[in-house]
Amino acid sequence: MTASASSTATESRRASARRLVALIRKESLQIIRDPSSILIAFVLPAVLLFLFGYGVSLDTVRTRVGLVIETQTPLTQDLAASFQASRYFDVAIARDRRAFEEDLVLGRVRGIIIVPATFTTDFAGQKNPTIQVIVDGSDTNTANFVQNYAQATVANWAAMRSAETAARPPPINAEYRFWFNPELKSRNFLVPGSVAIVMTLVGTLLTSLVVAREWERGTMEAIMATPVSAAELLAGKIVPYFLLGLTSMTLCVIIAILLFGVPFRGSLLALYALSAAFLVPALGQGMLISAATKNQFLASQVALMSGFLPAFLLSGFLFEISSMPTVIQWITLAVPARYLIQSLQTVFLAGDIWPMFLRDIAIMLLIGAIFFLLAARSTRKRIA
Amino acid sequence: MTSAATSTEPRPDVIQLDGVTKKFGSAPPALDGVTASIRGGEITGLVGPDGAGKTTLIRLMTGLMLPDAGTIDVLGHDTRTDAARIQAEIGYMPQRFGLYEDLSVQENLDLYADLRGLEKADRPAVFDELLTFTDLKRFTARLAGKLSGGMKQKLGLACALLKKPRLLLLDEPGVGVDPISRRDLWKMVEALMAEGIGVLWATAYLDEAEACDRVLLLNQGKLLYAGLPSGLTERVAGRVFKLTGIAGRRRTLLAHTLDEKGVVDGVIQGEAIRLVLKEGSDPAALLPGDAGADARVVPTAPRFEDAFVDMLGGGPGGRSKLAETTQARPAGDGRPVIEARGLTKTFGDFTAAADITFDVPRGEIFGLLGPNGAGKSTTFKMLCGLLKPTLGEGRVAGFDLRRDGAEARNRLGYMAQKFSLYGDLSVTQNLAFFAGAYGLAGARKRERIALMTEIFDLGPHASLNSKDLPLGLKQRLALACAVMHEPEALFLDEPTSGVDPITRREFWAHINGLVEKGVTVLVTTHFMEEAEYCDRISLIDRGRSIALGPPDALKARVATPENPDPTMEDAFVALVQSSNERAAA
Repeated sequence: MTASASSTATESRRASARRLVALIRKESLQIIRDPSSILIAFVLPAVLLFLFGYGVSLDTVRTRVGLVIETQTPLTQDLAASFQASRYFDVAIARDRRAFEEDLVLGRVRGIIIVPATFTTDFAGQKNPTIQVIVDGSDTNTANFVQNYAQATVANWAAMRSAETAARPPPINAEYRFWFNPELKSRNFLVPGSVAIVMTLVGTLLTSLVVAREWERGTMEAIMATPVSAAELLAGKIVPYFLLGLTSMTLCVIIAILLFGVPFRGSLLALYALSAAFLVPALGQGMLISAATKNQFLASQVALMSGFLPAFLLSGFLFEISSMPTVIQWITLAVPARYLIQSLQTVFLAGDIWPMFLRDIAIMLLIGAIFFLLAARSTRKRIA
Repeated sequence: MTSAATSTEPRPDVIQLDGVTKKFGSAPPALDGVTASIRGGEITGLVGPDGAGKTTLIRLMTGLMLPDAGTIDVLGHDTRTDAARIQAEIGYMPQRFGLYEDLSVQENLDLYADLRGLEKADRPAVFDELLTFTDLKRFTARLAGKLSGGMKQKLGLACALLKKPRLLLLDEPGVGVDPISRRDLWKMVEALMAEGIGVLWATAYLDEAEACDRVLLLNQGKLLYAGLPSGLTERVAGRVFKLTGIAGRRRTLLAHTLDEKGVVDGVIQGEAIRLVLKEGSDPAALLPGDAGADARVVPTAPRFEDAFVDMLGGGPGGRSKLAETTQARPAGDGRPVIEARGLTKTFGDFTAAADITFDVPRGEIFGLLGPNGAGKSTTFKMLCGLLKPTLGEGRVAGFDLRRDGAEARNRLGYMAQKFSLYGDLSVTQNLAFFAGAYGLAGARKRERIALMTEIFDLGPHASLNSKDLPLGLKQRLALACAVMHEPEALFLDEPTSGVDPITRREFWAHINGLVEKGVTVLVTTHFMEEAEYCDRISLIDRGRSIALGPPDALKARVATPENPDPTMEDAFVALVQSSNERAAA
């Protein structure tokens, strides 16, 4: 009795494995034959990468700023010369900040950098000299860069001065944010970020489309009326698109390194572990969307709004999360791309920092688990 | 198409339905307390118009949907608790066949063989048998999406049969498939039935029901009848007559006759009128004086549809308020209203329509009949100015469609089977939009909209979105939109396929009335009942007109000693087949 029961169990496991293999083979054939899958998985990522690699540059080129030197001393003049020599700034100099206030309001300058009257004495007296940067807050991106580049310029100047005078300069309020991107090249962190965008496209958009398509064409109904189980159906979709996601990620990384010369300082293990972890929430979201909409048009809209746009805007890819309003910052905590992007940028530009990676992987898997739970609940073998 | 399943031994039930009710949202129940049983080794027809609840019932049987109330027992398993066991033992072909169009025939078979757990060792034999059975052997490498409708249907059936099911559920296998493929499929299913498989065949074609061993007749979610088809037709036995040899206009005669007290139902059938009378009415008394000297009332065999209409309380009257408010058109100069002269359309190296020529005189109904993809829609579109012909010319009301397309289009009204309404606009907004599109404005626009609302009784539904209307109302609204501007010619694209027989009669009462007032009608259809309403028909196959003439003449051409009174469908099948044979020779 027990022997026959266990052989029945083995038998049913074998049948289940065979169904799963059949579903995966079917899906793979469809991917290969459907031009739109190839388009989304390979052509679109390449286009995106070229766009971010060549077309979009967030580097500020000769931004016009006003430099206010409240007291003329050799020291401040030296600093002013350093700003004038910077290839990031087009500098106008005045003695009073009021000279630029109107310009700033009208957008004729992007920021005002003020070297206060006390700067020279503080510098000499090692009393924490400060410069003040006033920026146009309505354009956070430019503001951010003016602020950061001004700090960088001052820090550079201080370093050079210390090298010349051999004296230790006092610390000048300069948070050096571009440690791992010393050339201050935005390409180097845009390209890793676009890997996340590409995987969102494959994981969420493409998956939700192909599942919705099965509903629209009535094949889902036919398949559900066979002995196939809901878990097999889910797995039959996930496995091929998981592999497809990793493939198009690999393609992106190869382009990034070979074509754009983006440094790759971490390990392949970290790259694949992070990408695999990210595909869990991405695929889960895609499955949930398609199960809920069952319609390709609706699925694509929802996938763009809830998957693609947050990955674009709320992940730290284009816009600094720390400069977002607090409420939006909280929302970004639920965007899986945020964790992938910060870790991937580290993999590319810094190297393996496993404590950070493991934390991010855990969070992505957690978000993914929630999506899958919801998706499994709505993908019972029921039509309505 | 007949099957003899009158074995004395009662067969075991394969499905038992007990008080099955299913609701979707706040709409009236899709199924309302259906109790019935379905036996093995028989073909059971699940019959009813679109929206009757056929698909819902089949999905409930597969366990893919659960009933709100009642129980369904399939092959001894309850669908609520044992859906997996049911799904392992049934074969199910959904409406669109459930095929992967980007997989080849063989890949589809392999997939379903794996999913249904067909042993590898058994496959070569099973595949060979099914491919022979469906005549698809030559096409195993072809993508399913590149198959014709009939071939897709056969492949869908083969996929459902891979692991010999005990029960086969077919959801409208005949939809979108030409009559010849439908007959092929029917023969295959009969062969299965002989092996003891229970078959459920859902259909909106009432003539298919007559060939089933047993029928379940559904209407608006309610089971109207369950039993032998003959049991239903017996209701009207001795009450069905044909009025033949009519001298005058048969449409006017029909309209008058339908208003007689003793008449339950009446339709045009070629040159004749088919009537169902009330119990005890005298058929001779019905023969009006103006029918002519040769007019005869002949008893005729009842059909399923006669009984269905009788069961629903009889068809509508013959009056058409629409026709009554339409001005009679002067006879004109005798020039045809619609003219097709050698119309030809090619797409690349594919000829969709070749050398189509016909005339439709004023006040006539002309039908384009043919299998899907035969070229009737292409011809139709060229004549409404939607497609430019590669060769030849078309005229509507004397206007050349090439040069004066806009003028011609202003004189025609168009109604498509898919009802070209805006689903998200209300009834009134749809009327207003189409009035505007046809150039009506000001007082005249208001007047026409008010009139249409009154004639078609749309008032109570004026603020509903058209997508939420029941099928019958949608159809009325679509007709209202098409005739708003009093067109000289009406173009109807499968106007009543799938709608219930009462709605269809209402619709044709309007059309008949308009035709009597001098409106000219061009209709395309693969639905045989619609063809009977035509004065003349052009049978189109593979882009060519293979026969042209009145329905009765076409039927007479294929009459044989075995089948002296062929149906329109018999004529269709025989004519297409003989044309194919000629082409092959």
